[in-house]
Amino acid sequence: MSNVPATKPLTPGSPDEELARGLSLRGAAATMVARVRAGQLGSLPIVVGLVLIWGILQSLNSAFLSSRDLVNLATEMVPVGVIAIGIVLVLLVAEIDLSVGSMSGVASSILGVGLTSRGWSLPVSIVVALAVGVVVGLVYGFAYVRFRVPSFVITLAGLLALLGLQLHILGTGGSINLPFQSGIVQFMQNDFLPPLAAYALAAACSVAFFGSRLGLARRRRRHGLPARGVLAIAVSALVLLVALEAVAWYLNRARGVSMPFVLFVALVIVVDWALKRTKWGRGVYAVGGSVEAARRAGIRVSLTYLSVFVGCSFLAALGGLLAAGRLSAASISSGTGDVNLNAIAAAVIGGTSLFGGRGSAYSALLGILVIESISNGLTLLNLTSAARFMITGLVLFIAVVVDSLAKRSRALHGAA
Amino acid sequence: MPLKTTATRGRPRLRSVLSLHGVSKSFGAVRALNSVNLEVRRGEVTALLGDNGAGKSTLVKVLSGVHPADAGELYFDDERVSITSPAEARELGIATVYQDLALCDNLDVVANLFLGQEHGHLTLAEEQMEGQARELLRQLSAKLPSLRAPVAGLSGGQRQTVAIARALVGDPSVVILDEPTAALGVEQTAEVLNLVEALRDRGLAVLIITHNMADVEAVADRAAVMRLGRDNGVFPIDSTTHEEILAAITGAMENAASTRAARRRSGGTGESST
Repeated sequence: MSNVPATKPLTPGSPDEELARGLSLRGAAATMVARVRAGQLGSLPIVVGLVLIWGILQSLNSAFLSSRDLVNLATEMVPVGVIAIGIVLVLLVAEIDLSVGSMSGVASSILGVGLTSRGWSLPVSIVVALAVGVVVGLVYGFAYVRFRVPSFVITLAGLLALLGLQLHILGTGGSINLPFQSGIVQFMQNDFLPPLAAYALAAACSVAFFGSRLGLARRRRRHGLPARGVLAIAVSALVLLVALEAVAWYLNRARGVSMPFVLFVALVIVVDWALKRTKWGRGVYAVGGSVEAARRAGIRVSLTYLSVFVGCSFLAALGGLLAAGRLSAASISSGTGDVNLNAIAAAVIGGTSLFGGRGSAYSALLGILVIESISNGLTLLNLTSAARFMITGLVLFIAVVVDSLAKRSRALHGAA
Repeated sequence: MPLKTTATRGRPRLRSVLSLHGVSKSFGAVRALNSVNLEVRRGEVTALLGDNGAGKSTLVKVLSGVHPADAGELYFDDERVSITSPAEARELGIATVYQDLALCDNLDVVANLFLGQEHGHLTLAEEQMEGQARELLRQLSAKLPSLRAPVAGLSGGQRQTVAIARALVGDPSVVILDEPTAALGVEQTAEVLNLVEALRDRGLAVLIITHNMADVEAVADRAAVMRLGRDNGVFPIDSTTHEEILAAITGAMENAASTRAARRRSGGTGESST
């Protein structure tokens, strides 16, 4: 660009003051405070909330944070947590899927019938159930894109239709017990990492984190951007290592780290990566931020909606399979009751905005952790489900209020 | 250097990059544009002026491919072209910054700059994009608090800066700005006008639609005036007075009230005839 005549002297240094500031520790703290003030909360409220809830429940019953209970919690939350990842996807484009519970119920019953009366093998049953999920998602996406029906109406209709389908599949019996030696039941109930493998996995995760951050910093430097130093990255990787090893150690005191939990966390990481680092994910956030801007920028908005609905129904079906494995049964009550609401509540409590465009896959993990903690803790206190529902409702209410307040604060600090 | 200016493209440097001859456009019975001529030149800021309903927005939409023209000829670099879609306009090198900016508030500056034309195949080449974004903003002498914070937190002028910088990512030769200062305060307006000058100094042809005569005086080289769907003259800013341009905009010399007043002054027959 040497031939560009410059009438004004070019600004010395970077046009990016905040980033330069953020490289020092104090600067980073100041930046964070400023962001929170401006309503860019991220997952801060949920972390604070989780610590509070754990503190209160632990002080009421010392068994709550025991290894045995946490091992149980870590597996218990997986099915609904997986469904909540799908909810995060639709919420990011400011839509909703109210039928995830019924979808998971249908998947459960397909698995049950497939494994028993149809005599399908486990992989075939799983593939059929997931394929049904994909088809349902395609129908929703098509109906939304083609007819512009609000998604909550489409999926409300879907909720009823899928409930009917579930009853039809299960037939007159209404309840099917899965064979106990079936792979998915074993996976959900008895599949734990050996203690050493858990430690090794924790270490491998930290090394992978270190490697990816180091690569990022190197790429940034190659493009002349400010980047964190090797030492800073090493320190954060070390902190992560200690934290993960501590979790592994604590869970290893009981049955250990369950495979379903590993699967769930892996799913969260993969979906988060897809949202943050791929063109598809960028399109999802853009559509959630401003459909019109996304369309004018040349993003294929219809395909984005379609992919999101398909992803949500697919994950709901997967959640249903895991739930069936966990209970080793499929029945007319699979996926009913609070599954739907807990999945949606988890995504919102975890910090994904109902207004679209803000949130991450990690909010499914954090949100379901809160919901299951409350449920577990109150069960330990011998409280009825009446109290459990009311308290979960209260937490959801607080989460939605925080979301709205944050939105208003963003509006005050320059258009949101 | 991935961001080239038109001067480095190796084409002959034509003074006129985009010209319109006899362009017309109707919406039903309404003739929004009636045989309009306009010339946009490289390294020059052309202001497009006119009262409400004069056809400025329609002309912009014709140029940006939102509403194709019904009749008339468009020449780009002396080649006859037709623009029938926004994508075609962009491919020719005509970038439009709409009045509503069309930014995604939840995305950061870099993501907005490259929205829809991200680098990288499956995964995003974030560092490459951020590097180019910094370089581009540095060339424009633009100051932003952060390239990695959502644009929701930026001021009106900074958002306008991001929108204009985004127009440059596609390496255009013509930039159309629709009312860029309409919603801005004094200081932010100055910021944006600096930016407009920076575009001109890069050798781009700038067409700026505005209501604000002060803006015109400040940055424009020529003012093209539209009135009731027709072009009402092109005025070099240096040698034209404010009043002459305003007269062309309002049609002061031919408007009913002024004719009546003139008649009254000259003879006094106006009283009885109306």
